[in-house]
Amino acid sequence: MIKVLKPGFYTTVQDMGRFGYQQYGVPVSGAMDLYAASVANMLLGNSANNAVLEMTMTGPTLQFICKSAICISGADLSPKLNQQPIAINKEIEVKEGDILSFGKMKFGFRSYLAVSGGIKTDKVMNSRSLYQGVTLQSTIAKGDELPIELHSDSVQEKHAGLKIKTNYFDSKEIQVLKGTEFDKLPKHQQELLLSQEFTISKNNSRMAYQLEQELENNNLESIITSPVLPGTVQLTPSGKLIVLMRDCQTTGGYPRVLQLAENAINKLSQKMAGQVVTFKLVQV
Amino acid sequence: MAFNLTYKPFGERAILIEWPFEIDEAILKDIMRFKESISQKKIKVIVELRHAYNSLLVVYYDVCRNYKKEVISLKSIYKSIKKKHDILSKLWKIPVCYDESFGIDLEYISNEKKHTKSEIVALHSKAIYTVYFVGFLPGFLYLGGLDERLYFPRKSTPRLKIEKGAVAIGGKQTGVYPSESPGGWNIIGNTPISFFDPKKEPHCFANAGDRIKFVPVSLKEYGDIKILVDAGVYELESEVIND
Repeated sequence: MIKVLKPGFYTTVQDMGRFGYQQYGVPVSGAMDLYAASVANMLLGNSANNAVLEMTMTGPTLQFICKSAICISGADLSPKLNQQPIAINKEIEVKEGDILSFGKMKFGFRSYLAVSGGIKTDKVMNSRSLYQGVTLQSTIAKGDELPIELHSDSVQEKHAGLKIKTNYFDSKEIQVLKGTEFDKLPKHQQELLLSQEFTISKNNSRMAYQLEQELENNNLESIITSPVLPGTVQLTPSGKLIVLMRDCQTTGGYPRVLQLAENAINKLSQKMAGQVVTFKLVQV
Repeated sequence: MAFNLTYKPFGERAILIEWPFEIDEAILKDIMRFKESISQKKIKVIVELRHAYNSLLVVYYDVCRNYKKEVISLKSIYKSIKKKHDILSKLWKIPVCYDESFGIDLEYISNEKKHTKSEIVALHSKAIYTVYFVGFLPGFLYLGGLDERLYFPRKSTPRLKIEKGAVAIGGKQTGVYPSESPGGWNIIGNTPISFFDPKKEPHCFANAGDRIKFVPVSLKEYGDIKILVDAGVYELESEVIND
């Protein structure tokens, strides 16, 4: 079991998401950076869908009530075990009573903590991902006890190497495909959309990232409410762009001008307010 | 009737199929027949089918490498749909209390529309609404069939908190907030019925194609029904309809 001493700024339990329930209006959810979450799981020999903790900007303080093995991936929030700095992207053994805490954010925005065997909180509609309205809590809270499996074997020597991508934290280029309403934009707006720099606004969450700069002369009409997916970029009547993220609603009425490539959602989720992005059109 | 459909890629692993840009029951029926025909084929690479007023999203398990081939296969399924395919649906009777303690915007609408409050309630509860799809929030039903005399614009500034069960009008639409949430629609009543339950199957009782009728109840009846709903023993009234 893991005891939550301090929850951190915004810490949630996430797996790969809640699939097949979008017909009831339920968001997919799941780790914002699925790549980082799966790296943390893989380095422990877990399966990709094992639940992890997603820690945003400021990490939690956690006490292990049993022996385990952990791996942290994604953003570097300066993790410490019993006050001693530990490495990320590496399997670390923890003993009963050990305290895991975090310090300064060095790079990225969301960090992932995987534990051997995964976090075993209750599944709701086939997923452990927290989402208010489907699960009782939307984040972990002080005093919570997160069930985990007792980890029996010690850390084993690993002979297989895993090359971990880290360049995606620095690059501002977000790979996109044309959205379903892209062709309705006038040529000069299409060009602006794919050349202008956009700043991530303070209005960003697991649901959506709003961008600051407005696209000029927006005359595109609203559509009849239609499906949207994580990574859909909507253009509002005021010219603001909204990038939908993992907890987004299932349908929307704003024109869908771009669609982020799968790995671009991971990349954007490691960025925070004030950072700048550009959209680059790619072919599938 | 076969419609002229358009197919577009939606990201790396989905295809969006679109019908004419109208809200129309004939389109809804056609979408549902197509959806049913695709799911009957049990195509392994398709993980999800989701529709809205005039669109159907086909989501694939993995990156869609041969988009053209998938579109050809979908088109051939659409051609092979049997015309006479009966759709069984249900009419659900939803108790709603239009008391002013719940219907906080009734008075304002009444003044603006020059209809008495009881006329508004009568118009709203007389109509039979069609469920087009579920979206926006878990258990939020998109309904068609609001009487034109009740069309009323959304609030220019949304409320930060709308109660669970609030029955509301927004533009040309009416609906029920399935959970507490912010929202810009005008509140005219409240229902004690739960529209979404993550712990109960089915999670949402109503399906696309079903009908909804709102039945006015008093504050006292509302309270009695709520006790039964909270205890999990309330039996919602419904009728099977064949159209």
